[in-house]
Formats: sequence, C-alpha cells, structure tokens
Amino acid sequence: MNEAGAANSVKTRRPLLRLPRPLLRLHNIVSDRVLAVGLIVPSVVAVLVFVYGFIGWSALVSVSQWDTVRPDYTFVGFDNFRNLFHNFRFLIDIRNTVVFTVFFVGACLVIGFVLASLLDRQIKGEGIFRSIYLFPMAVSFIVTGVAWRWLLAPRAGVNLLAEKLGPGNLDYGWYTDPTVVFIHPGSRFGEALHSLGLGFLADANFGIPLALFSVVIAATWQMSGFVMVLYLAGLRAIPEELKEAARADGANELQVLRRISLPLLRPVTLSAMIILGHQSLKIFDLVVSMTQRGPGFATDVPALFMFETTFQGNHFARGAAISIVMLLSVSVLVIPYLYWSLRKEARL
Amino acid sequence: MLSRKSIWFMAMAVFASAVMAVACGGEKKEEGVTPGALKGDLEIFSWWTTGGEAAGLQAMYDLYPKTCSPDVKIINATVAGGAGFNARQVLTTRMLGGDPPGSFQVHMGHELTDTWVTTGYMEPLDALFAQENWTNIFPKGVLDIVSYEGKPYSVPVNIHRANVLWYNKKVFTDNNLKPPTTFAEFFTVADALKAKGITPLAPGDNGIWASTQVMETVLIGSLGPDAYKGLWTGKTDWKSAEVTKALETFQRMLTYVNSDHSSLSWDQANDLVIKGQAAMSIMGDWLHADNVAKKFENSGWMPSPGTAGVYDALSDTFGLPKKAPNPEAVKCWLKLVGSKAGQEAFNPKKGSICARTDCDASLFDTYLQSSMQDWKKDTIVPSLAHGAAASQGWVEEINDATTAFVTDRNVSAFQGRLSQACVNAKVCKTTATR
Repeated sequence: MNEAGAANSVKTRRPLLRLPRPLLRLHNIVSDRVLAVGLIVPSVVAVLVFVYGFIGWSALVSVSQWDTVRPDYTFVGFDNFRNLFHNFRFLIDIRNTVVFTVFFVGACLVIGFVLASLLDRQIKGEGIFRSIYLFPMAVSFIVTGVAWRWLLAPRAGVNLLAEKLGPGNLDYGWYTDPTVVFIHPGSRFGEALHSLGLGFLADANFGIPLALFSVVIAATWQMSGFVMVLYLAGLRAIPEELKEAARADGANELQVLRRISLPLLRPVTLSAMIILGHQSLKIFDLVVSMTQRGPGFATDVPALFMFETTFQGNHFARGAAISIVMLLSVSVLVIPYLYWSLRKEARL
Repeated sequence: MLSRKSIWFMAMAVFASAVMAVACGGEKKEEGVTPGALKGDLEIFSWWTTGGEAAGLQAMYDLYPKTCSPDVKIINATVAGGAGFNARQVLTTRMLGGDPPGSFQVHMGHELTDTWVTTGYMEPLDALFAQENWTNIFPKGVLDIVSYEGKPYSVPVNIHRANVLWYNKKVFTDNNLKPPTTFAEFFTVADALKAKGITPLAPGDNGIWASTQVMETVLIGSLGPDAYKGLWTGKTDWKSAEVTKALETFQRMLTYVNSDHSSLSWDQANDLVIKGQAAMSIMGDWLHADNVAKKFENSGWMPSPGTAGVYDALSDTFGLPKKAPNPEAVKCWLKLVGSKAGQEAFNPKKGSICARTDCDASLFDTYLQSSMQDWKKDTIVPSLAHGAAASQGWVEEINDATTAFVTDRNVSAFQGRLSQACVNAKVCKTTATR
C-alpha cells in the first residue's frame, strides 16, 4: 500500500516492475482476475497445508493419548487439558507469562514513549539516536539472551562493574534470585482476599518471581526502541496546529500531552500492545538462552514447557495441548485486533 | 491494466511458490548397499562435542578404517548439550520422520527400552552378541539392562558412576576437616565450612538433570540400594516415611549451596571447587575428566554420603535403528564399539571405565582404576537422571518436580508430585491423590 503511494509521488513514474515477455503474452490471453487467482493459489495452498493443516493436526493430537514416540490417536476428549490445568509447572508458567507480559509491555510502552517525546524535540543528531535505540531490535533474542546472561551474572557483569566503579558490589542475584514475592495467606490482606472468595490469589503460585525481571530488562532493552519508532511516527503525524491551538487556549505542555498527544496516539499504543503482547505470550528463545527456566521455574514459560515435555518426555499429547492453549491465548489478543483493523480498512 | 500494487503482489506470490517448490522437492537418499565390501556413508549421532568425549569418539573413528573398511566415510553428527538434553530432541524428530542416523548414542536402560525398543524402532542385536561372545564378556548386570524380552538392543561402550563426592583436598586439610561419609558428617562439615565463609556444596544445575542427580544420590544414601531400586518397580512406596526422610535430607543439603547455582553449568560449578571458593560437589565421574583437563591436582573423591559400596551406574550405548542407511557398516561400527581395542581407545580419553571386564587397567589413571575395582565388587544400581532407571517421560516429570522443589523447598508437595509421577508412568497404582 505504502509502496504504491510512494511510487505515485515519484515524478518520473517509471513502472516498478516490467512483466517478462511470456507473462505479458499470457496476460493478453487470460483476464487479470484469472491470472491473479492462478498466481495466488500456490501460496494459498501452501499456507492452508503448512499453517492451518498443522494447527488442525496439533488440535487432533491434543485430544489423543499419544504419550510415547509411537503415535496413538485414541480419542480421550479434553483429559489432556484438564490435567494440564492441574499441572504445577503449567500453572507456574501461566503466572510467569502474565507477570512477564504486564511488565514487559508496560516498560516498553513507557520507555518507548519517553524516548520518542525526547527525540521529537527536533534535537541535533536525531538520526543517530534513533538508530542507537532501534539497533537492539536487529539482534535475535538468542543473542540478547546470551549477552544479558553475562551482563547480569552475579559473579560478573553489572555487579562487578558496580564494585570497580565505586558504589560497591551490588550483591544482587539478578536472574538467579529464587525469591517469589506473593501475598502470604496468613497476612491481613491474604485473609481479606480469602473472605472475598479470592483466597487462591494469596499463594506462591500467584506471586511475582524476581528473577523474571532480569528477563524483562533484556526483552525491554531489545523492544523499547521499536516502540519508540512507532510513537515517533505517531507524534510526527499529529498536526502542529492542534497543539498550537491548545497552547493558544492556555494549555501548558503537560496538558497538551495529556489532552492532545496521548488521545491521538491511542491507535499506536494499541498496535504496540498487540505486537509486544503476542511476542511475550510466545516467548521462548530469550528464556532458553538467558536463564534456562531457572532458578527452579521462576522464569519458565509455556513454550519451553511444551518443547521439553514433547521432545524430552515424549508426552506428545500434552505438548500439543499446551500449544493449543498458547494459540488460543494469542488469538484472544490478535483476532479482535484484526477484526478491528480490517473493518477500518474496509471503511477507508 | 494491472495496478502496481497487484503486480507487486503477484511477484511475491510467484516468488513464494517458487520457494515452496524448492523447499518441498527434497532429495531422495540413495539406498541399497552391496554386501561384502563396505562402502558409502556411516552417520554416527552423539552429543560428544568437547574435550575428552570428542577425543575418545575420534579415537574409535580412527580405528574404523583398519577394523572395518577404509572406503566408508564416517559422518560425525553431534548435537552439543550435557546428558544429551538437546540431542534427544533432534533424534526424536529424525526417528519419527523416518530418517534415522546409522547409529546413535543412547543411555542404557529405560531411556532406550521404553522410548525406542518397545515401540519397535530398533533391531535386536542377539546375533551380533553371540558372534562376538559378548554374552560372556559383558557383566550380567549390564546385559540385563540393555536387553528387552531376552534380546540385547544396544552395545555399551563405557560405564560412568553418578554417586561421587568430589572435594578440594587443600580446603579440607587447611580447615582440619575430614571428607564426610554419612549425612550426619556431611552436615557437621558443611556447618564448619559455612562458618569459614566457604560454600560447602557447589552444584551447577543450569541443566535440568543436575538437581535430579544430586537428589538420586540422596535417595540411594538414605534408602539403601534395594529400596532405591524398588522405587522404579513400584515395590518401594513413594509416599513412605523413609522417602520423606530422604527428601528432608535433600532439603537440608540445599541450604548449603552457592546462591548462583542455577546460573552455572556443572563444570562452571566445579571451577568454584578448584578455586577453593567451594569445598565439595556431588557429580558423576565425568567431572574427573574436567579436573584432568584443568590440571587440578588437589582433587579428592569418595562415594557420596551414605553410598559406600553402591555403584550408581550409567552407560552410553549404541544401537541399530530399523531402516538405518548402510546397516552393514553400522554393524561393523557396533562390533568396534564393543571390542576390547575400541573400548580401550575410547575410555581413557573419555574418563570412564570399560563396560567389558577385560580391559587393561594400566591404561587408566588412579581414579579410574579405583572405579574399576569398585565396579567389580559394589552393588550396582541404575542411575535415574541418566535414563537407566526410568522412562524418559517419568524422568521428565521428576525433573520438573525437583526443579520446583529447588526453589519452593516444600517437601510434602514434592513428595506428592513424585508419587503422582510414578502413577503417570503407569508403574505405581492409581491410588495417589493429586
């Protein structure tokens, strides 16, 4: 869409793509529509088979009792899902995913927005800063994970740096800290929750594992530059007249930000949340390379559990059930967004 | 006239389908080998990628041209990762996809039997064992473990011991301490060390199996060898008070470890012992090869607390998958793996002892010689963390339970999960509560 728009504005109007001669001849024989459909069919078939076909197959496995390397498609209904929601590791994984998503998305949005507003001041060398902040996105999560594992290793990295630079050894365990902060069932707040029928919330399984914050730091380092670029584009799209008008009416900068910029940036925020959210629900590589799920399961995620239970324990049906749960959780996030944006496109 | 947009779109579609066509075309493997002279490729799959392991494997490869055929090209297919953690995933994909390697490294015992033998993916090797007289050369205990329904399915190349306590001799003499033989002594020594600011025990459980392995040595030391073996057949009750006591001992041991254990691999944790920052580690005897490589002279060893006279054994073996390409070349490889020459070439480098009983002791160093003597007289029990005692699915659930326990330290939850794992493995009866 953008390419076409940009091309139209180019003065020379050179065709972007010249059809090869045989294809042009073909074009004379068959109509545009037939040609278009014919060319799209192979990729549609491939997607149907390799994406939707395998989703269907996973769904089939998830209701089977395939529990060794030998496939066994005996139907067992939703037993695998029921067992999954009694599995302690899976419950921990859900907790971790929720905690990770909230903090990772939150931190990226805040940092990205702050960086964007700073860069929006027409400062010198904006391009350099933009590149510096965006570059982490070019590395893969595996590289990020390894780098941050070294940076936050308790016997090296940041702790050692602090020691050498003066403030003294931080003596902080980072991703090796097994502490889980949770509401103690015996505490006053825990009892209050209990009386409200929410007693299950006052449990270590619903706490916040501190080790996860190291992973959040690494992920935020990688993705906040991307959010910054999104916000920067959004800020640049806000007509200066609107801000000027508000200022003329006596609004200070904070009010301009709150009443003009932020509401107009809402679609950007939503897009960023969707993109970061689905990434954090599916995160795997960062955890594998950085913490290997430890300490204990403090940084474990469903994707890692799925991988290990399937290929390490040969519990294929359980693994399939986990992937279906993950698919559903991502769908909950993505489908309303797709629906919303498609409808908007149709209106345009 | 087509718009530019749709031309772009079509170009993408053409490109995508071209990529698909190339990707799906695939290539057919050549099949069929002329009997007699061995030719073609022989793919050996293992997780031996570094140090002594890789050197030992190479020593066996070097024997292949002389023993079997110089015309066979050996493909060394390795996937790095301790205890075969990553390799197994690749292997599973290849086996299920109908593309087995010629032969693959696998732990003897339930890891091979329950995963690949009972499901019908392996060829029995009874003819080869009879032909090579291995039924008389390998110890009876080993033959029992590699066999299923009376037929052997893999050739063991080495034996490792999992229940070894390694310690820094200098740390112990400097502090006038004696290495502990019982749990009571262990805790006395550990308290003394802790008071001096030395980490008593240094595990590195960045790999999920490492905590399980420490736990298994505690189970053996606390329950004794027979009750420990009973855990894997359903004879010993996972909910018994004896198991509770063992798990409480394990729980107490975990209070003496380095706080960053989960960020270290076992060999990184060993560095702490070498530097004297930590005093002991409980690890399999592959740690000895690490000490030799790092030229650490002050290493002391003994059976882990309470396990004197017990040999917690694991072994690497090779087998013949059904539909393996070039099976005759594989059989000759297996012959080499089980031979005296092959095992004497491999084991001194790898830092393990021969599975055969007739290897020349003078080829081995002091530790391995002592291990060879123990192997002859000790009670042999199968290792849990390394696939000898239980099926992969069961080990995975125990790994999960142990990993959770290392952080939450809740004995009753741990014991409940362990007994549930036994039920899930269809070894214990389904009376356990969730």
